[in-house]
Amino acid sequence: MTAIAKHSAALAHRSLIKTLRTPEALIDVTIQPVIFLLLFTYLFGGAIAGGDRHAYLQFLLPGMLAQSLAMGGVALGQNLNADIEKGVFDRFRSLPISRSAPLVGAVLADVIRYLTVCVVMLAFGTIMGFRIETGAVPALAAVALSIGFGLCFCWISVWVGMLARTSGAVQGIMFLLVLPLTFGSNVFVETDTLPGWLQAFVHVNPMTPLVETIRGLLVGGPVAGHLLVTLLWMAGLLVVFVPLALRAYARRA
Amino acid sequence: MEDLVVRAEGLRKRFGTTQALDGVDLAMRRGTVLGVLGPNGAGKTTAVRVLATLLKPDEGRATVAGIDVLKHPQEVRRKVGLTGQYASVDEDLTGVQNLVLIGKLLDLSRKDARRRADELLEWFDLTDAAQRPAKTYSGGMRRRLDLAASLVGRPEVIFLDEPTTGLDPAKREDMWGVVRTQVARGASVLLTTQYLEEADALADEIVVVDHGKVIAHDTPDGLKRRVGGQTLRVRPSDPERLPEVLHVLEAVAAPGTTAAKDEAAGSRPGSASVPVTGDAALADVVIELRGRNLEVTELALHLPSLDEVFHTLTGKKKAEELV
Repeated sequence: MTAIAKHSAALAHRSLIKTLRTPEALIDVTIQPVIFLLLFTYLFGGAIAGGDRHAYLQFLLPGMLAQSLAMGGVALGQNLNADIEKGVFDRFRSLPISRSAPLVGAVLADVIRYLTVCVVMLAFGTIMGFRIETGAVPALAAVALSIGFGLCFCWISVWVGMLARTSGAVQGIMFLLVLPLTFGSNVFVETDTLPGWLQAFVHVNPMTPLVETIRGLLVGGPVAGHLLVTLLWMAGLLVVFVPLALRAYARRA
Repeated sequence: MEDLVVRAEGLRKRFGTTQALDGVDLAMRRGTVLGVLGPNGAGKTTAVRVLATLLKPDEGRATVAGIDVLKHPQEVRRKVGLTGQYASVDEDLTGVQNLVLIGKLLDLSRKDARRRADELLEWFDLTDAAQRPAKTYSGGMRRRLDLAASLVGRPEVIFLDEPTTGLDPAKREDMWGVVRTQVARGASVLLTTQYLEEADALADEIVVVDHGKVIAHDTPDGLKRRVGGQTLRVRPSDPERLPEVLHVLEAVAAPGTTAAKDEAAGSRPGSASVPVTGDAALADVVIELRGRNLEVTELALHLPSLDEVFHTLTGKKKAEELV
């Protein structure tokens, strides 16, 4: 293993210990998505899907999986911001390791949170009546893509975490971004029910192809085209936000 | 040529409108302790952060262990250990996890990292607390863990930024013991402090900084000679006998000085002080007081306070005294 991989792994292990020691920090990837799922299925589901709750759950769950992953990255930026405030990162900076290792390590450790979201939502969804209509391989592919997207998307949160003055501000800024992206999308309703200007937004929203792909992989439908667009978006997120985050980290003394 | 393990020339650093470093030169000989003495905001922490490669100076250059901190920061990081003013331990990790992590980041194998962690925990008297999260530690324990973390890599140069601020006197002595042990093993230590006593107890040489500038660089003895050395203070149990105490103190006064009642603003009345040249004066006074059957509630040798050091070195009173 190269030095940066080894150091990132050691720092990812550190983040994992922290996560496991504070289970309440997992609420946003366990109880919260379940509550959202219950809320939208039983409160709005009847009205939205003309009474057919099961059909709505089949439509909703893949989209909410994508939403939960986008929201799940918010905590990462907050934690990193708090770590820097406490001076823990001063120690890392004074060690002969790559500057990016502390950030890469923290991002890698977030895999466990994104995996948790996927498992919790699919398991609880199944209890509520959700059925995977494709097969084990496409379903696993959906989980892998979800986690992959989460790992790319969370770099925005890391960047904001490096820039914001407090961890509370990180949350505020991130929700300002995540809420329009996840609600202004095809997660909750069919795009053609929306007014034209909003449809235009939904069509350029990176959440849209992701949701279409996960839907296709879990309940059937076209996948290839949406998958390609999603992968391009993921690459784009990395190309833009990884350097921004690293630069902001280097500047934050 | 002298073997300088830390050498800094003309360091300048500005934060907004604050000139934190205004042309700082430092030199520390290998195997010695350099005390950087100064009040809050003097630029001590900024100087340490520059030398430990956490901060780039606006101007100037510095070498640590012979390596340029600006050109080769990674190599410098292999040679130095840093303990900051605020203990930067990871609160959610246990003591042993904190140290093993540092060991792994220093490329020790898992086994070696663990062995080194155990060794340091034992040495810092933290073995019993090794498996507890650091957030359950007391302030003193955190400081020790933080210091242990900076020693995992057996650094050649150790930077200690106010290592005893906020510690009680017994813990302070422990910390001093650690510094002496490190020097005995061959390390060089640069420590910042607000206490002249601490610099006097540990440092081979003292640099006094104020407003981002070095205003003195001397040995502790040289510095004490310049700022008037020690003061012996005695407080009789019976305030009526203060004149008698004055008489006793007069006999040991340093040449050209006299004993006087303590009347400075803020000091409790009823005691008398005298500048003295050596520790022998203390013994003389004790014998004399005993002979006169004079009971005391206070008898102590004081180093000049940081304020007095600055007063003497800069020739001006501190702002709050002028108001």
